[in-house]
Amino acid sequence: MTEATLVNPLETLVEHFPSGWVKKDDRPGYSGFIVEREHLLDFARAMRDDFGFDYLSMVTASDYLAEGIFDVVYYAYKTIGGPALVFKVQVPREDAVVPSLVALYPGADFQERELWDLMGIRFEGHPDLRRILMWEGFEGHPLRKDWKEPFYEEDVKPFKSRWPEGKPIHADDRNPFNDNVQYPTGFDPERWVPEAETLLYSGLQQTAHNEEFKTDELIVNMGPQHPSTHGVFRMVVSLQGEKIVDLKPVMGYLHRNHEKIGERNTFLQNMPFTDRLDYTTSMSNNFAYALAVEKLMGLQVPERAEYIRVIMAELTRIMNHFFATGFLLNDLGVYFTASLYAIEERELILDIFEEVSGSRMMCNYFRFGGVVRDVSDEVLKKIHNLIYDRIPRKLDQFDAYLTNNEILRTRCEGVGVLTADQAIALSTAGPILRASGVPYDVRRADPYSIYDRLDFDVVTGIHGDIYDRYLVRVGEIKESIKIIKQLLRDIPGGPILAGKPAYQVRVPAGESYGRVEGPKGEMGFYIVSSGKPNPERYHVRAPTFINLTSLAPMSRGEKVADVVVILGAIDIVLGEVDR
Amino acid sequence: MSPEGLSKPEYQVPQEMQNQVALTTLDRLYNWSRKNSVWPMMFGLACCAIEMIAAAASRYDLARFGMEVMRPSPRQSDVMLVSGTVTKKMIPQIVRLYNQMPEPKYVIAMGACATSGGPFKEGYNVVAGVDKFIPVDVYIPGCPPTPQALLHGLMTLQKKIEGQSLKEVSWYQKGPGEPIPVPVLGPDLIDMRKAAVIREKSQPVADPEKAAVAVDEAAQNGELPAKEG
Repeated sequence: MTEATLVNPLETLVEHFPSGWVKKDDRPGYSGFIVEREHLLDFARAMRDDFGFDYLSMVTASDYLAEGIFDVVYYAYKTIGGPALVFKVQVPREDAVVPSLVALYPGADFQERELWDLMGIRFEGHPDLRRILMWEGFEGHPLRKDWKEPFYEEDVKPFKSRWPEGKPIHADDRNPFNDNVQYPTGFDPERWVPEAETLLYSGLQQTAHNEEFKTDELIVNMGPQHPSTHGVFRMVVSLQGEKIVDLKPVMGYLHRNHEKIGERNTFLQNMPFTDRLDYTTSMSNNFAYALAVEKLMGLQVPERAEYIRVIMAELTRIMNHFFATGFLLNDLGVYFTASLYAIEERELILDIFEEVSGSRMMCNYFRFGGVVRDVSDEVLKKIHNLIYDRIPRKLDQFDAYLTNNEILRTRCEGVGVLTADQAIALSTAGPILRASGVPYDVRRADPYSIYDRLDFDVVTGIHGDIYDRYLVRVGEIKESIKIIKQLLRDIPGGPILAGKPAYQVRVPAGESYGRVEGPKGEMGFYIVSSGKPNPERYHVRAPTFINLTSLAPMSRGEKVADVVVILGAIDIVLGEVDR
Repeated sequence: MSPEGLSKPEYQVPQEMQNQVALTTLDRLYNWSRKNSVWPMMFGLACCAIEMIAAAASRYDLARFGMEVMRPSPRQSDVMLVSGTVTKKMIPQIVRLYNQMPEPKYVIAMGACATSGGPFKEGYNVVAGVDKFIPVDVYIPGCPPTPQALLHGLMTLQKKIEGQSLKEVSWYQKGPGEPIPVPVLGPDLIDMRKAAVIREKSQPVADPEKAAVAVDEAAQNGELPAKEG
C-alpha cells in the first residue's frame, strides 16, 4: 500500500495523469471522471495499484442515442472502505469497442459479457466474449435504445389505452406472427442451423490424455433442469474421473428483460419489479432502489421510516440466511428434512411481511422518501417475540446439530476455497467475500440509512471455504438480531413518508448509484434520469450474478459432488442472476 | 384407508360391512388411486418455485394430498408445475421435459407468468404463457400465488382427474401420442409448427405499406392462425 492509497486523492486525480487522459465529468448531475479509451488500461492499473481502488464493483453502460455515444461506467471501491471512484469511457455508437479490464479485475468478466450481449459493446482482449443472457445467434442487442422488442407499444409508460373503443387490443394481435417473436427479412426457419454451442465446449480447459489409466475427459451438463442448481442454471463441467478440470456456467434461462422493461416503466412502476429480482429478499431490493432514486431527488427520509426500513431489511437477512443454510444442507445430501427445519421461522417472518405490506414475498413496501404503510404495535410485538424467542432458539438448534456436525465439517472444510486476494479480484460480495477474511460490508464501509448509529460487528471468516461461509451466515443472523433489538428499543413515532404519496415522482436529471448490503452481497441500482418520468438507464448490480464469476476458480480441482455444495454456498437466486 | 369417495352411492353396502367392503366402478377406483398420489416434477423456474417449496414445507404440507414426492426426473412424475416465467431460452427444455413424461401427464401453470407472461409479458425473452407450447390443465392466478392458492389448484386438478373415464382418455387409445416438436432458438424463438407462416411473413416486400395492409387483410379474413386459449 503506497501513501497515495491512504489519502483521498480524488480532487487532484486529473493532475496525476498526462493532460488529455482524464477529465472530470462535468455534465450536470453527473460525477466521476471520463477517461480516454486508449488510456483506460493504464488508468485502471494506476487506480488499482497506486490509489488502492482494488474492488471493481460494477461495470455497466448507458446508451445516449441523441448524442450517438455509449458511456461505459465503472464503479470501483477500496476494500478498506470509503466512497466510490466512478470512471467512464465514452465511445461512439458505430465504433463500440472498449479495452477489457478482465486482466486487471477478473470480476469484470461476466459484466463485460453482459454488456456485449445486451448493448453490443465489444471488449477488446476479453478471453471469452460470448453472449451470456441471450443465446448465440439471437438477432440484435436488446438494450440499445433503437432496438425494439416484438411486443413494442410505445417508448415509455404509461401506454395509451388498450381499450380505446371498448374492445381490448391484444399484444399478440399487433404482431404479424401473432406471438412474441420477430425475424429478419427473408428468414427461412427450415434452413436455419441452430448454434451448436461449439464455442462453449471448445472453451473448456483440456488436460493431457492420461496414458497410464487410459482415461478420457467427460463433459457433463448439469442443468438447466437439475435439482442442485437452485432454479434454471446450467453448469458445463469437464471431468477427469471425478475431478473437475474446468467448469463453465451458462445462464439466461430466466432472463426476463428486467432492465429493458425498467427503462419503459416510470420510476415508481419499477418498485414492484425489484421485488422479483431476488425473490427471497424483496425488502432489501426495494431498499437499494429507493436509495438510488432518493439520492437523485435529494429526499430526506423521516426517522421512523428509516427504523422500519432497517428492521425489514434485517428480517430479510435473517430469512435469507435460514433459507441459504437449509438449502446448503439439501445440496449436501440431507434431502429436504433439514431445510424443513431451517425454513420454519421463515414462515413467521413472512407473516410479518404480509401484515405490513399485504404480500408474503413480493412486498413492494418501500416508497421514495419512506415506506408505504406504518407498522402497528402488534407487529412490533410480534417481531419482538420472534427476535427474543424463536430465532435465538433456532440458532441454538443450528449450533447443536450443525456447527460441530462431523459430516458437515468433513464435507465443507477446505472445499471451494477462495483466498482474500482472489475474492477481491473476482469482485465477490457478501458472505463469500467476508468468509475469505475481507471485512467489507457496505453497512460499515459506506454507511447508508441509520447504520452508522447502530452497534453491530462485521462477521468474517478465516479460511474462505464453505464451512466459513456457513459460519458467517449464522454469525450475521446473530448480528441482525442485535440490530433489531436496538431498533425495537429506540423506534420513534412520527411520519413514515416524506411529502405526499404520489404516483409520478419528479426526478432531476443526473446519474446515481444506490447500494445496500443485501443478504447475498452488494445490491445496487445504477440510474440515469433525464428529468423525464421514466429512467433513461436502469441497471441492477446483482450480487449473485457477479459472485458466480468465482464459481469456476473455486471448483477447479474439486470433486463433482462438491461443486453442488460450492454452488449452494454461493447462494444464488436465478431471478437476480439472469434478471 | 377410508372408502370415502370411492364407493358409488347407488350400491348399498350393509352398515356392518362398510368398513371392510366398497363397491365401485373401475373408473372410480382407478381415478381415486391416481388422484391421491400425483407426483409433481421437481422443477422450479422462478419466484413461484419458492412458494411451491413453502407449500411443500411443514406449514402447508403437500403430503396431505399424496403430492410430496417430488421427482427430479420427468420419467417418474405425473404433473409438471410450471412455476415461474417461461423464457424463450428455457422453452425448448420445458417442451422436451414434457415429451419425456409418461402418460397420464398433467400441467399446472402456476402464477401469472406461466399463464400469460404476467408482468414480464412485454419482454423480448419471455414466452407469453406456457400454453403456447404445451397443453395446460389448471391455471393458478397470482404473482406469486400463495401456497393456499397452489393447494386449491392441485385440488382442482384432483377434481379433473376424478372426472376422467378409462374409455375416453387419450393414453388408452390406439397408438402412441405425438410428441410436441421442440422449438428452436434462431434469431428469435422458432415454433416449428408455424414454420411455413414464419417463412411467408418474413419474405422481403417491396412496399412496406402494402405489407402492413396485407397483414391487416389476412387478419380480417381469418387467415392468420387463431389465438390459442
